[in-house]
Amino acid sequence: MPQRDGTPRAGYQSTTVAQARVRESDVTLPQESWIARYLTPRRSIPSSVYTILSVLGFVGVLAIWSALSYTRLVKPLFLPTPTEALAALWELLVRYGFLKDIWASTYRILAGFAIAAVVGVPLGVLMGSFKLFEALFERLIGVIRYLPASAFIPLFILWIGIGDAQKIAVIVFGSFFPLVLLVMDVAANVPRDYLDIAYTLGASRWQVFWKVLVPASLPGIVDSLRTILGWAWTYLIVAELVAANAGIGYMIIESQRYIETPRIIAGIVTIGILGLVSDTIFKQLYKWLFPYAERVNP
Amino acid sequence: MSDILIDHVEMMFAGQRGMPPVIALQDISLAIADGEFACIVGPSGCGKSTLLKAVAGLVRPTSGRILVGGRLVLGPGADRGMVFQSYTLYPWLTVRQNIEFGLQLRRLRRDERRRISDHLLTLMGLEGFANAYPRALSGGMQQRVAIARALANDPEVLLMDEPFGALDAQTRTVMQELLTTIWEQYHKTVLFVTHDIDEAVFLGDVVYVMTARPGRIRARVVIELPRPRTFATMTSEAFIKYRNQILAMIHEESLRAIQQPVNKQAQG
Ligand SMILES: Nc1ncnc2c1ncn2[C@@H]1O[C@H](COP(=O)(O)OP(=O)(O)OP(=O)(O)O)[C@@H](O)[C@H]1O
Ligand SMILES: [Mg+2]
Repeated sequence: MPQRDGTPRAGYQSTTVAQARVRESDVTLPQESWIARYLTPRRSIPSSVYTILSVLGFVGVLAIWSALSYTRLVKPLFLPTPTEALAALWELLVRYGFLKDIWASTYRILAGFAIAAVVGVPLGVLMGSFKLFEALFERLIGVIRYLPASAFIPLFILWIGIGDAQKIAVIVFGSFFPLVLLVMDVAANVPRDYLDIAYTLGASRWQVFWKVLVPASLPGIVDSLRTILGWAWTYLIVAELVAANAGIGYMIIESQRYIETPRIIAGIVTIGILGLVSDTIFKQLYKWLFPYAERVNP
Repeated sequence: MSDILIDHVEMMFAGQRGMPPVIALQDISLAIADGEFACIVGPSGCGKSTLLKAVAGLVRPTSGRILVGGRLVLGPGADRGMVFQSYTLYPWLTVRQNIEFGLQLRRLRRDERRRISDHLLTLMGLEGFANAYPRALSGGMQQRVAIARALANDPEVLLMDEPFGALDAQTRTVMQELLTTIWEQYHKTVLFVTHDIDEAVFLGDVVYVMTARPGRIRARVVIELPRPRTFATMTSEAFIKYRNQILAMIHEESLRAIQQPVNKQAQG
């Protein structure tokens, strides 16, 4: 079976006699089965098929949603129709200043994420590079990571009040610890040979750190940041649980109180869209910063 | 002067998970003259890489000492360049930047760096690839860049750990010829580890055969094949005689290496 990934195998090129014979008699190879084409592990599929399938995923969810809601199979109180949700979103935007909420939430996410990144990335690199730092922090962070951020809300309120700082603190708490561990792994997995080669080229410890460990870790760091920014969005509701007067999470909590299900759905969809946008920005950033890298890690 | 003197070197690694300690090298003594091309062959796991890393200063021997150019090796340095089997080019640097890496560390002037990397790019037949990233290069080309990167520093000693081990047979032959040509020009002291006996005989002035673990020097075979060596050398009668001689020794050692644990089991 030639052309498994669209390119002929090197071994194939040398079998000129066989090829010639095939060409002469104009034999067509038997068609590959559907299963062989689409269900061989790791085998790539045509990009058009890929795009169609990924759209189909969304369409599928929308279809099930529509089927359940338009038919009134599920009570509108529990599940509004897509049109109702869209209408709610429109109303929120034009009548209730929802953009202000979006901005308030985005600001909190970005501020919390930035703080976590500014402290977490250097710490993670140090922990991945020096056993000393790893020994000092790894276990500690491993434990804290499992503590629920929501459990700390009373403490945050006690320490820093109920303003924006408290909301940002929740985001920082939720994203800092996993970020450190991800970045640590990235730095720790830089091949040992990279370091050894630098030493034999005359590098000092300092130079090995800055000229090998750091640049070798950068793509992985950006990838970790992308993952963590995604997680930060999932903390939004928790962050805006207490004493908020704006924000997507706040809007959702308020809507729950008045059983405004369409608005809840509208809020969730908005978070999804914002998450998708930030993810896409990071993917583009990765491509732009690291033209030498193979691809964005899945 | 940049001769290598390995003086009663022993290397022991702590055993992992309750296993007894591993004696990787035992009482290794050898002397490689300035400008000599020395090859080391031996069964897998006999400590060849460990010995090379010890000369590079990347690991410290448990006992014994290593002198390069009369100076005691205490750590790694730019006077001993190294090439590994695995592809170790820095993926974030272009071919030229990889070659200039050591020069950059020494803060050499830009035009000076250029002059050296241009020369090496030509020497290695990589002119068209100065601005390519390593991942766009074939394995053979990557190893040529790795050799160029080591040569750029103009080290006194070149340490090579199976640099062609991952290449296909044809590419390997081409690389061997390239390396002899370069060495015949520059006459650096080379310590070259390989699994491939043909490669050792073709390249070396002298071939050291190591025993199975714990690694010791079993034999020193001086290869008196005329230089310059070319592809024709490989078919000469003398070449085949050397090869068969070393092959027999290696075969014996490899058998011993395989039988070792079996014997132990039988005893225990
Ligand atoms: N850092 C280490 N810790 C523990 N044991 C080690 C370490 N490095 C090497 N060894 C052991 O020392 C022995 C020699 O290893 P080395 O890599 O030098 O062998 P080698 O001759 O290069 O093998 P190969 O031909 O497969 O490359 C092996 O048994 C290996 O398991
Ligand atoms: Mg080895």
